[in-house]
Amino acid sequence: MSKTELNGDAHITVSNLMLAYGSFVVQRDLDFTINRGDVFIIMGGSGCGKSSLLKVLIGLKEPAAGDVLYNGESFWQDPGVDRKAMLRKFGVLFQNGALWSSMTLAENVALPLKTYTELSDAEIREVCALKLSLVGLNGFEGYYPSEISGGMRKRAALARAIALDPEILFFDEPSAGLDPITSKRLDDLILELRDSLGSTVVIVTHELASIFAVGNNSVFLDPVTKTMLATGNPNHLRDRSDDFEVRNFLLRGTAEELRETS
Amino acid sequence: MQSRSTIPRGDARADANVEAGRLVVHLAGDWLLEAERPRAPETLPPLDSGAEVSTVTYQANEIGTWDTGLITFLLEIERLAQERDLSVDRSGLPDGAQRLVALALAVPERAGARRQAPHERFLARIGRKSQEAYENVTDSVRFLGDFTLSLGRLIRGRATYERSDFFVTVQEVSVEALGIVSLVGFLVGVILSFIGAVQFEAFGAGIFTANLVGLGIVREMGPIMAGVIMAGRTGASFAAYIGTMKVNEEIDALRTLGIDPIDYLVLPRALALMLMMPLITLYANLMGILGGTFVSMAILDVTLVLYLEQLRLAVGVVDVLGGLFMASVFGVLVALAGCQRGIECGTSAQAVGEATTSAVVTSIVAIVASCAIINFIYTVLGI
Repeated sequence: MSKTELNGDAHITVSNLMLAYGSFVVQRDLDFTINRGDVFIIMGGSGCGKSSLLKVLIGLKEPAAGDVLYNGESFWQDPGVDRKAMLRKFGVLFQNGALWSSMTLAENVALPLKTYTELSDAEIREVCALKLSLVGLNGFEGYYPSEISGGMRKRAALARAIALDPEILFFDEPSAGLDPITSKRLDDLILELRDSLGSTVVIVTHELASIFAVGNNSVFLDPVTKTMLATGNPNHLRDRSDDFEVRNFLLRGTAEELRETS
Repeated sequence: MQSRSTIPRGDARADANVEAGRLVVHLAGDWLLEAERPRAPETLPPLDSGAEVSTVTYQANEIGTWDTGLITFLLEIERLAQERDLSVDRSGLPDGAQRLVALALAVPERAGARRQAPHERFLARIGRKSQEAYENVTDSVRFLGDFTLSLGRLIRGRATYERSDFFVTVQEVSVEALGIVSLVGFLVGVILSFIGAVQFEAFGAGIFTANLVGLGIVREMGPIMAGVIMAGRTGASFAAYIGTMKVNEEIDALRTLGIDPIDYLVLPRALALMLMMPLITLYANLMGILGGTFVSMAILDVTLVLYLEQLRLAVGVVDVLGGLFMASVFGVLVALAGCQRGIECGTSAQAVGEATTSAVVTSIVAIVASCAIINFIYTVLGI
């Protein structure tokens, strides 16, 4: 078990959360805590509501019930809350990057800076160049998103996500559509940024390699029972979870064979 | 999926007979998707002849090449057998076919997964359509409210938007539209003047063509032309631009940064169009009058000075200003319709197309309707 888990310094608390589209319930009774400095994985089979949960966490979708607390502050249930101030502390990497296609990479990184800071144009240019070099894209400031490859686009989107040195970084399927090497590099970059920025990282994914490589805490969502089945370190869950579904997922569907042979 | 056998064995053949309580299906020949094949129910008449049968088995030694054509046949037999509570023994089939059938039957159909074609009664359909129309109206009102709040933020200096977006839109709706506005404006002037010249000449009052063209263009046709051109050019482009951003999650990316998409995308575009519409209309008016003068000179027996003097008497400053006010209203309507359809766009390529169409249709309907209302008000006020 990692140090941060033992410290138990709660950064994000999800309490009694219910996700629904109209009357169709996607997930209910979600209760878990993400500690400061965690690399927290939201996992589960396709269609289990991982992305919907992420949308609630980053303020795009209102939950049907329940709340999310950041540093103990309610995001959804407190009417007087300054959401914009809370959103400023988030960095989000969308599945396909979601870079603004009519802007160059530098302009993409610059927009959050222009929105929230009073920096001069020269300073903003400097910060943009720095952020792009952190993700290995120095020199690409003037390129448009359509002119670069998928992996580069994802890294550029990461540069935009870390523009404001966020406290929490959210990733939606970071390795989707990337080759194994690029995907491994992105994982390393995520860990590197977590360590250097001191951010908490929340990743939605079902790539097992990534889950074990970077995750130190996780929640498993089940599409059948429509709730979470387990939470904890994914390596522990794989070896010691009481729940068959969780182990089977983490063992790539071979839990059945293991049970039969043992 | 084709089996290894390469020797053609002739057309696909299938028949069946009952042996000791088992229905034996004999399969022979090449079972290929694009060739003639027997159908499953035709080979199973022994089933309905009252014979006591509990199992279906296969005899397929003489089968040649096969592909999906064979598997669909086998699945049909599986279905028929299941209906009659028969078990199926697939061991007589080629190995690959056995496995494919097992794979196809491995996961049972998820209950409720199959979509029924919606069957709706006439009244239910009317109800649904009216509800949709009502929601459409409330959506528009909500969007108008959001836009008003956004204007408030702009005035208090709290709106985040790109100043360059404003100027780019100004350029798009003015300089880049001049060509088409010139052409359409000039031709509408020509058309009005032809109608007027022919009709008025019959009464020997050809000079009044100047009144028709002048007032017609300045009060009505100028603003409407400019509005319709903007709806087709600019409104459609707003809807497609913002709609595509929606599909790419770019709008979500704005929202997670705490940037209101209405402030950032709608405000600069709507303001640019509102500001430029009167100028575009003024230009369209000029081109229309030019076209009218051109034709009048050609077919009427009046001098240019006389014609222009008549025009000056007919068209007052109030007429021009009334038309320009109407043009500003059209500008707001076109910009809002375009942006609203974009923001409310779904997340597929088709949705972007629908948003664009709907933006143009909504704009044109709104232009014509508001034109009628404004003219009524002008008449009551005596303008």
